[in-house]
Amino acid sequence: MKHLLSTADLSRADAIRILDTAAQMAATQSREIKKLPTLRGRTVVNLFFEDSTRTRISFETAAKRLSADVINFSAKGSSVSKGESLKDTALTLQAMGADAVVIRHQASGAPHTLAHAGWVDSAVVNAGDGMHQHPTQALLDAFTMRRHLVARGAAGAGGTRVAGDPTGQDLAGLKVAVVGDVLHSRVARSNVHLLHTLGAHVTLVAPPTLVPVGVETWPCDVSYHLDEVLAETAPDAVMMLRVQRERMSGSGAGGGAFFPNPLEYTRNYGLDGRRLALLPDHTIVMHPGPMNRGLEISAEAADSPRAVIVEQVANGVAVRMAVLYLLLAGEASTERAGLE
Amino acid sequence: MSEQTTTPTYVLRGAAPLGADPVDLVLAGGVITEVRAANSPVAEDETVVDATGLVALPGLVDLHTHLREPGREDAETIVSGTRAAAVGGFTAVHAMANTTPVADTAGVVEQVWRIGRDAGWVDVHPVGAVSVGLEGTQLAEIGAMAASAARVRVFSDDGKCVWDPILMRRALEYVKAFDGVVAQHAQEPRLTEGAQMNEGVVSAELGLAGWPAVAEEAIIARDVLLAEHVGSRLHVCHLSTAGSVEIIRWAKGRGIDVTAEVTPHHLVLTDELARDYDPTFKVNPPLRTAADVEAVRQGLADGTIDIVATDHAPHTREDKDCEWAAAAFGMTGLETALSVVQQTMVDPGRMTWADVARVLSAAPARIGRIDEGPTAQGRPLEVGEPANVVLVDPAARRVVDGRTQSTASTNTPFHGRELPGRVVATFLRGRATVLDGAPVEQVAGVRS
Repeated sequence: MKHLLSTADLSRADAIRILDTAAQMAATQSREIKKLPTLRGRTVVNLFFEDSTRTRISFETAAKRLSADVINFSAKGSSVSKGESLKDTALTLQAMGADAVVIRHQASGAPHTLAHAGWVDSAVVNAGDGMHQHPTQALLDAFTMRRHLVARGAAGAGGTRVAGDPTGQDLAGLKVAVVGDVLHSRVARSNVHLLHTLGAHVTLVAPPTLVPVGVETWPCDVSYHLDEVLAETAPDAVMMLRVQRERMSGSGAGGGAFFPNPLEYTRNYGLDGRRLALLPDHTIVMHPGPMNRGLEISAEAADSPRAVIVEQVANGVAVRMAVLYLLLAGEASTERAGLE
Repeated sequence: MSEQTTTPTYVLRGAAPLGADPVDLVLAGGVITEVRAANSPVAEDETVVDATGLVALPGLVDLHTHLREPGREDAETIVSGTRAAAVGGFTAVHAMANTTPVADTAGVVEQVWRIGRDAGWVDVHPVGAVSVGLEGTQLAEIGAMAASAARVRVFSDDGKCVWDPILMRRALEYVKAFDGVVAQHAQEPRLTEGAQMNEGVVSAELGLAGWPAVAEEAIIARDVLLAEHVGSRLHVCHLSTAGSVEIIRWAKGRGIDVTAEVTPHHLVLTDELARDYDPTFKVNPPLRTAADVEAVRQGLADGTIDIVATDHAPHTREDKDCEWAAAAFGMTGLETALSVVQQTMVDPGRMTWADVARVLSAAPARIGRIDEGPTAQGRPLEVGEPANVVLVDPAARRVVDGRTQSTASTNTPFHGRELPGRVVATFLRGRATVLDGAPVEQVAGVRS
């Protein structure tokens, strides 16, 4: 694996390897000394063209726990209209000797271009590009599901799963509902591909205006009715997507006016206490953050014992450690990393 | 200065006019003077061009070229763009109005026309803007442009849609006074805000904002009805969807005076090419699906689509060497158009060379009303007609290299692809602009 650009590029074996490595990384994070020497002397650049403190901090923490040198490069705004082009930024990083570039960009495909235009030799990690992909988010989501639903022998696959070490396991038979603004969501796209690859069954739930034309080729089901999905499919995990309030106004990009107002959205697609009660006991509630409490998720749901939202954040560090480790150190140095 | 004193008499020996039996075509004094039996004896003062195995077509006419001058001479100039046109077999191009400043006054169109005439590669016919500054609010001085030395007959805000139905109606009516035509870039603006590529399966996966087919079709449907209502002539630029073909077919069946064009790239490329986020394939209207490609081929074959026009859109390297969303829309086409038409239409047997002459020469010249008068284009290859001729080797194959083309820009979507056919020679009113596949540098001041 040279880059991590899209979950669509990951085979089942690739994905399981990342999750297994993340589990080993997570185990080291309960030690008193959390720092590993693995990437000492390597340089990881966080190249963020879009504000995302949470994701940047997660990657920064992951790189630092592996003893890499971290450079944060914030270049907010359109690259062309406000100064340096992506190409010149890339050439600058190349000249500085970046071993890995973690890129967040508002333009779909910018990480792909960075990886393949011949500007840099570094490994490229997509930390979210436009409406396209956010692969480490999907990986941390899968990691979280595996811990809760596979390790603990949850009801997936008709309750046939046996509790125990999930190492080497996929998510076969799990049912996952992904709810909200699918159209604009890189989290949804990443999860649909990865969860499908890992054997889970995904149902996307959204108002028709927030489902992309062309979704019919995705490996998932689509529903416009949250109550039906919760009651009839009895999902093992419910993932709520962030809804941007500006999506309802008529002047937004892409035409806006995706739903009449926040109240109606919440009424039809928000996860609240009543809907929570429709779910099986073992079902977990997820959210990639940051949450709009009261819009797509109520405080009752967000703070319930089923919610694993804070744990997703913690798992994000382990997954990103695993990704950086596999890209920069690879299998040969597994022993040196003290992971065996 | 007359042409007779500066231009040799050419004998195009063994050329196959429109692919028919070979003959010797004699070009002298700017016209076709004789059609002799193939391999007839030649006089001493005649220059022989061996055209054995070559197809002779009337000089090609492009109704849709972006020459970028004035304003973006870093991407293309009138000289470099018209040289590329000649290399592609063209003898006339219509230069779109979206320059800086916009070609919305008699002054700008006359400047473009004069520079083109002085360059001498092809006839340059400026297209006038429909609205001031392409802003879509106030009619440009259409009458002044029509009456200028450039004699503008085609008006377009291309790059932008004349979206306001009242402005479109007025433009359609206004150009009737001098038999002009409004060439519409059909793109409903609200449905395409921020649009990056065809809306469908590929855009859904790539997370690029979609440019839905309906945004094109809705405007075309409106415009054919407007043209019918006011009894005007409408031309639809670069239609790209199966639905658009259906609407044009319906409109023609109803007797509406509408013509339509398709670009070479929409005849062969699909939105699958966006998957690598290579902005070379970013174009407006966007590349569509394989079903749309088949529909426009069918429409071209059955005459629903009247012409092929290049929408040659050169861009600087920096405008394409970037992430998809930041890149400019457009691709070059003058030097590959004929090859693409051969590949998609002639070689599979869907069109004859006579059809090619129709869609790439006679029909565009007729739409632009440049098919009569002293600089008539798109005429038949007959004695007494202007000697605008292109010789094509249909058996040749070539690998396109964007770096060696005559256009000043490198954004050809066919770079590295093998295409059939090669333009061997081009003659503009009897004067060779291209020989042996290479442009013939012009002597300053020579006009034809």
